[in-house]
Amino acid sequence: MTRDLGHRQHIRAALRNYEIARDKRKAAFQDWQAARQAAAETKWEAVNHLDQHLVELVTKLESRGTRVHWAGTGAQACDIIAGIVRDRKARSIIKSKAMTSEEIHLNEALEHAGFDVVESDLGEFIVQLRHEPPYHIVFPSMHLTRGEIRELFQRELGDAPSDNPEELTMVARRVLRKKYIAADVGITGANFAIAETGMISITENEGNARLTAALPKTMIALLGIEKVLPRLEDLALFLPMLATAGAGQPMSGYNTLYGGPRQPGECDGPEEFHVVLLDNHRTSLLADAEQRDTLHCIRCGACLNVCPIFRNVGGHTYGTTYSGPIGSVITPHLRGLQDWKHLSFASSLCGACTEACPVKIDLHHHLLQNRRNASDQKPSFFERLAHRAFAVIANSTVLWSLGKKLGWLFQPLQRPIKGTALDPAQAWTKTRDLAPIARESFKDWWRKRK
Amino acid sequence: MRIQRMTITLFIPCFVDALYPRAGMSVVQILERLGHKVVCPKEIACCGQPAFNSGYWAEARAVAVKVLEHLKDAETVVIVSGSCGAMVKNFYPQLFASTPQAELARQVATRVWEFSDFLVTKLGVTDLGARFPARVTFHDGCHGLRELGIKKQPRALLAKVRDLQLIEMTEAETCCGFGGTFSAKFPAISTAMGEVKCASAIETGADYIVSNDLSCLMHQQGLLSRQGSKLKTIHLAEVLTGK
Repeated sequence: MTRDLGHRQHIRAALRNYEIARDKRKAAFQDWQAARQAAAETKWEAVNHLDQHLVELVTKLESRGTRVHWAGTGAQACDIIAGIVRDRKARSIIKSKAMTSEEIHLNEALEHAGFDVVESDLGEFIVQLRHEPPYHIVFPSMHLTRGEIRELFQRELGDAPSDNPEELTMVARRVLRKKYIAADVGITGANFAIAETGMISITENEGNARLTAALPKTMIALLGIEKVLPRLEDLALFLPMLATAGAGQPMSGYNTLYGGPRQPGECDGPEEFHVVLLDNHRTSLLADAEQRDTLHCIRCGACLNVCPIFRNVGGHTYGTTYSGPIGSVITPHLRGLQDWKHLSFASSLCGACTEACPVKIDLHHHLLQNRRNASDQKPSFFERLAHRAFAVIANSTVLWSLGKKLGWLFQPLQRPIKGTALDPAQAWTKTRDLAPIARESFKDWWRKRK
Repeated sequence: MRIQRMTITLFIPCFVDALYPRAGMSVVQILERLGHKVVCPKEIACCGQPAFNSGYWAEARAVAVKVLEHLKDAETVVIVSGSCGAMVKNFYPQLFASTPQAELARQVATRVWEFSDFLVTKLGVTDLGARFPARVTFHDGCHGLRELGIKKQPRALLAKVRDLQLIEMTEAETCCGFGGTFSAKFPAISTAMGEVKCASAIETGADYIVSNDLSCLMHQQGLLSRQGSKLKTIHLAEVLTGK
């Protein structure tokens, strides 16, 4: 992907527009840094008293007839949801955007069980037609140009009048409206869950989550246990914050609170309302005092947007549900440290993510901790040897001085093989020149001077 | 204003010692001209960051403990690199947490200054009487910028340099992709990041990229030289000793 200059250009241009909008919205906050601090404190309270808040949430939800299900693993959550769908003798399912469902591969599980699943968020709908995972946790199809979307619609839907975004949206809308009406079950994610009132808060820009929740008889909301906020009034901060950090908007287009199934005397809402609370290794993050703050994450995508790694390698390169800095931090916890530690090493530790995070997760320092844990658990023989050898040289004035002299003496030998496979420094020199070792080092000069 | 004479312990990082001695010499020249005494312990070579960033904390401590030992009695330490400065100032307390050196690491950290921060914040000096007839753009090294909060200090110093024109690049705060061992472990990503950085610097039409962090400049210069670009890189201290 780093060789695909056009793609890198496309992503950078898209994110440049995001940055301009985000900065404008950030400036509308009286004090963005104070807002971050308040958000971090609220999330800290929520996460550090998760046991109490979850009980309160569930009690309130159940008191109005919501069925709450606990899922320890992704597979359990899939089974629970497939079970609900099967019990309703349902065939078709409409879904609104939920990264948690990507995390547990819910669509594959439901399709495997014989159900039709259609994504209703436009970006998700597009990547579903392409049979690929979302490129970005907030902008699933940001990697595609209008032309590519037109070609896709032409091929898959047989209808695409032009590259015009409005016309393309209308094509998707015509297809999706029929799906909403035909769907027996609607599945949503959640942005927040309010313990105090027992409500699920969903933020979106297309109205698709509302239709997903309102039209089918059965609604299922799937969410990680870390989505809990203690109080309803916390949304006064979190809704504008999520919109600002996530998309550079003052508020998202639609913010809806779901308190349960249709109550007697109410004229709309689903007949049945299920909430599936997912652990899937979140409790191991909770047990890790060093990295517990990763549960603060509101999945706004701000860290991806500012990450120079993400901008240059793109979302699909990560091969994970959660990409970018937050993905690099939590994926080793969710899917195994040794298999996913490379993500924590694939960072220059620049800290742009930590600076951008609206809930103040110490992202780039967590990457360092993951590296330490990975190397402690399974050190590389040669790398450790190299660091040990370096320590011996650096700690000896004689060896250090000798090393510099030898380096200076032998560096002309490297020039003819520069950047080739013979060059021991090829990892660097393939694309970059080495800085020459000085004939007289600083310390030589200093010694003479005295 | 009467200047109180200080004894400043200079920490010249390993790569500055071997590759960029002139930056170190410029720092010595500046500090001495301001009337301070400069000492430089010959036993210290490296802060231990390569091993630390690679996850080998025990090996990092083997190097860092030497640093602590020789900085133990220093009242003021100046480091000629934002990145190594952040290592000693911010990461040593973590690296040595729950070890016999924990307290010493915390104490030393409070006495460490990055060079430009030291001049502007501690000494209150911005005008060093330098002249540097060139157009320059400034690269904010990530560690200096985000770990140590250094943004205004080098610019305050550059603003007082005669005949110098500072042209900010759009990607001034974007990482250049060096990242220590990252640049060798993930050369393709590192290079791609460096290309973005260098393109932004070239766009300004500047003659030099100036920074307070030579490790970043080593990466950028490496790319620029390979591309055959006329744009050069130079450490802030060398600009401040220009005549």
